[in-house]
Amino acid sequence: MGGLGLREVWRFASRGITANRMRSSLTVLGVLIGVSSVIVLTAVGNGSALAVKQGIEKLGTNSILVMSSGGGGRFSRGANSNAKGLTLADAKALNDPIKAPDVKTAAPILNASGTCTYGNLSSTPQNITGTWASYFEASNSPIDKGYYWSNDDVVAGRPVVIIGTTVATDLFGTDSPLNQVIRCHGQSVTVVGVMKSKGSTGGFQDADSIVIAPITFVQRSMSGYGSLSQIQVEATSASTTTAAMDEVTAIMSAQHKIKAGANADYRVLNQASILASSTTSSHTLTVLLAAIAAISLLVGGIGITNIMLVSVTERTREIGIRKAIGAPKSAILTQFLIEAMLLSLLGGISGVALGVGISHFTVLGVKPVVSLTSVLLAFIVSALVGLIFGGWPANRAASLRPIEALRYE
Amino acid sequence: MSQGSPLVVKVDGVTKVYGQGETAVHALRGVSLEIAQGEFVAIMGASGSGKTTLMNILGCLDIPTAGDYWIRNLNVAELDEEQLSVVRSQLIGFVFQSFNLIPRTSAAQNVELPLAYQGVSLSERRKRAIKALESVGLGDRSRHEPQELSGGQQQRVAIARALVTNPAMVLADEPTGALDTQSTKEILELLHKINETGSTVIVITHEEEVARAARRMIRLRDGQVVEDTTWVA
Repeated sequence: MGGLGLREVWRFASRGITANRMRSSLTVLGVLIGVSSVIVLTAVGNGSALAVKQGIEKLGTNSILVMSSGGGGRFSRGANSNAKGLTLADAKALNDPIKAPDVKTAAPILNASGTCTYGNLSSTPQNITGTWASYFEASNSPIDKGYYWSNDDVVAGRPVVIIGTTVATDLFGTDSPLNQVIRCHGQSVTVVGVMKSKGSTGGFQDADSIVIAPITFVQRSMSGYGSLSQIQVEATSASTTTAAMDEVTAIMSAQHKIKAGANADYRVLNQASILASSTTSSHTLTVLLAAIAAISLLVGGIGITNIMLVSVTERTREIGIRKAIGAPKSAILTQFLIEAMLLSLLGGISGVALGVGISHFTVLGVKPVVSLTSVLLAFIVSALVGLIFGGWPANRAASLRPIEALRYE
Repeated sequence: MSQGSPLVVKVDGVTKVYGQGETAVHALRGVSLEIAQGEFVAIMGASGSGKTTLMNILGCLDIPTAGDYWIRNLNVAELDEEQLSVVRSQLIGFVFQSFNLIPRTSAAQNVELPLAYQGVSLSERRKRAIKALESVGLGDRSRHEPQELSGGQQQRVAIARALVTNPAMVLADEPTGALDTQSTKEILELLHKINETGSTVIVITHEEEVARAARRMIRLRDGQVVEDTTWVA
């Protein structure tokens, strides 16, 4: 009935919008701000969550760290008479596929300090780490250039090192450090590999300022044969980390003869648990930001209702004329609905464009990550906003009795 | 009066009451009349006589409180809102005192509008609209918007819009009320011309001069028909 082509209704509706450009563009602006803030704010939330997650993942989600709680490392002796430092025997005991099936590898870490030099250039790494070859796997340390030294090098105590990118840049600039002999802690060592950059994991620590050598070499020529700084353990997978931690705790308690309930002289730390708690808090942030954005979209929707009500009131007479010359209710309804939808979709499309555009920049120190879901959601919601918030005024317009509409001045 | 022509309008005992109880206003108190195809009727009366109410009922813009109204063979009381819009679209052409053209819309598009609601194709609409505008002498003003036209010209556009669907009747409510003497003369001539081509024309007016242009005059007073005169022009 009526038989009015959609194109025709479309034309009427777009004429309604262009008839009052200022008002229409302000309405569109309301939706635009709503949609773009939904996209940008959720992108910022996602971005910060991702940044935290990546920072922690660089340390390795499977990583478990065993530390001495008696004062730690080389200085443990005397600091706490009851506390036993971590020993190579502890590290060996943790590499037990029967007692610790969820532990992939465990590597001792013995940190020494000192300056490294090459020619007249020098670098002071945060740590000169002595360890086993399994450390590279346990600590999630991929190599960029060269190769890993092996357990043969550990057994023989060879002076071979793998250096972090900070040390490599300090000593060699852009030149290749491979097979060059540098001096660390007064010892001549050969660089066999360069680690891939881990980036800064959190302010004060530069994970790339490191030199890694066979533990036997570090013990012999730098630190002596004291207790270990840490033991780096890797679980078989992220999901078995909790089980691996229990196994590590059991083995360490047996090694150190800690009775159940007594205070342990070691601590077992896990990156996954840190990751879990930080993910929860960043998720909360995203939800909070999305809620704020949703409110602004709602305000945009109320703007549409307002403008459509004004438009209906202002054109009451026109509606009366249209009805008098034969417009069916459906034609009036569609006209005003399309008008509202057009306004909100215009706002939606430009809002998506603006939101995605803004998200290319760094916002508040966070690199936003636009999720397709938020774009789609914001767009669909903006269309629905037009349908719902425009629907009521449109229905009011369509339900006007022609005689009353015509009398309206 | 064209004896034997089929009836376009049959009104039987129609009353219209606005409001309820003690404040109720009886706009029509039992009006009965018949209008045949091809008649030129003037409905006269002072303000408050009920002539506008009658016009609204004839135009299917309002429904009677009681009584029956047939347009052609359709009993209007039995039609729902959608069907009424079809009746308005196909059987009735309106001409209002205040022209009631759609603002910011060209003359041709205004004239096209009733055809658009009938679902006529764009090219066909355009053709018929231009023809209707030519027949009211505004073939050269089709692109003008209402605010660019004089009152007389606007009313002629409105007449073209009423004619374009070939309606069973043209209902004109005080068509010359807002016009000067010269434009009034032109509009009356135009209505005459339309009537001569066979269309039924019903004019609501309070001016004797306008009524004299018709061939039959129905006078209302206090919601009742008090005079019904037919003459040969």
